[in-house]
Amino acid sequence: MQTDQISVSIWRGGEDGKYQTYRVPRLESQTVLDVVTYIQRELDPSLSYRFACRVGVCGSCAMTVNGKARWTCRTHVSRVADGGAITLAPLRNLPVVKDLVVDMAVFFDKWEKALGSFVGDQTRDQALAAVSPADPRRREASAGIECIGCGICYATCDVVDWNKDYLGPAAMNRAWTLINDARDVARLPRLQAIAGDNGCLGCHSQQGCVERCPKSLNPTVAIAGLKRESMKAALKGELS
Amino acid sequence: MSLPSARTESFLWLAQRISAMVLAVCVTVHIATMIIAVQGGLSAAEIISRVGGSRLWLGFYLVFVTAVAIHAPIGLKSVLREMTALPMRRIELLVGLFAIVIAALGLRAAFGLYGLGGQ
Ligand code: SF4
Ligand code: SF4
Ligand code: FES
Repeated sequence: MQTDQISVSIWRGGEDGKYQTYRVPRLESQTVLDVVTYIQRELDPSLSYRFACRVGVCGSCAMTVNGKARWTCRTHVSRVADGGAITLAPLRNLPVVKDLVVDMAVFFDKWEKALGSFVGDQTRDQALAAVSPADPRRREASAGIECIGCGICYATCDVVDWNKDYLGPAAMNRAWTLINDARDVARLPRLQAIAGDNGCLGCHSQQGCVERCPKSLNPTVAIAGLKRESMKAALKGELS
Repeated sequence: MSLPSARTESFLWLAQRISAMVLAVCVTVHIATMIIAVQGGLSAAEIISRVGGSRLWLGFYLVFVTAVAIHAPIGLKSVLREMTALPMRRIELLVGLFAIVIAALGLRAAFGLYGLGGQ
């Protein structure tokens, strides 16, 4: 039932902050990000939060909405308002900077640890690599390529919570797309980086990441692929 | 801290999967035997008459015990690592001891029962 006001509790402060409640007018087709923006513009300019594109492309607006990590620019209030109330907290598993802003540095450091960037050996003078869209490896890569780096999967993953060195779903999803990139030449160092208990073997395969990924990606399948490939490499004696 | 290498962890992971497959068979045989064996009431004499002196059962239990001694400690390692703040060295020591205790108790029981039969 639509009420004309929503009660919004927002985390204020750093790790030891507390919730503060605001009343916000309820509007048609209002997103959670609209609500936060309203509070910051009309009620409390000291409120910190991140956003950029407002259309689900940049991945910067993720927050914990009523206990679940979501992209707030594409989450309608009507879908989440629990009896006209919303609770907003910063993403889990990342250090809180202030209010709804977390420090994403560890998240992206782990992409680097998982060798999450392309390594090629061709120059601009060589012919373009011909990769058929029907190629099985290209299909594997395509399945994971649309990640927007929002950190929602990372915030949802319990293994990240339990083991601070666990690389997490997004970094490994990225590694898997690169392992399936025919032009990439860092296959073995990447397998070495994601093998072991801090990497793919730490995953419990319970798919919290899949459940919450706003782009409907499946990091669990990517991680299962990494398990297979790193196990083959271990058996061939290619891992150290 | 790079204590156990990616290779070691990979082999342990594989060992745990393979031992799980062995256990799937062993546990089924074990439970089926228990259900069948207790039909006529459970007695030491009955157990000894079945298992004692039997090379087949001895072989079965040796495989069973080995699989448990491999499988359980590797799982315990993950549980301790995720659920406690113990350092990795301490965890390795604990699960290593756990493996030895399981193997020792299991082998003692298997050989003990084998030795009781056939006289
Ligand atoms: S499936 Fe793996 S990566 Fe995804 S949330 Fe679970 S443990 Fe984390
Ligand atoms: S895999 Fe999905 S949830 Fe994780 S960072 Fe990428 S887009 Fe976000
Ligand atoms: S603001 Fe860019 S994804 Fe939400």
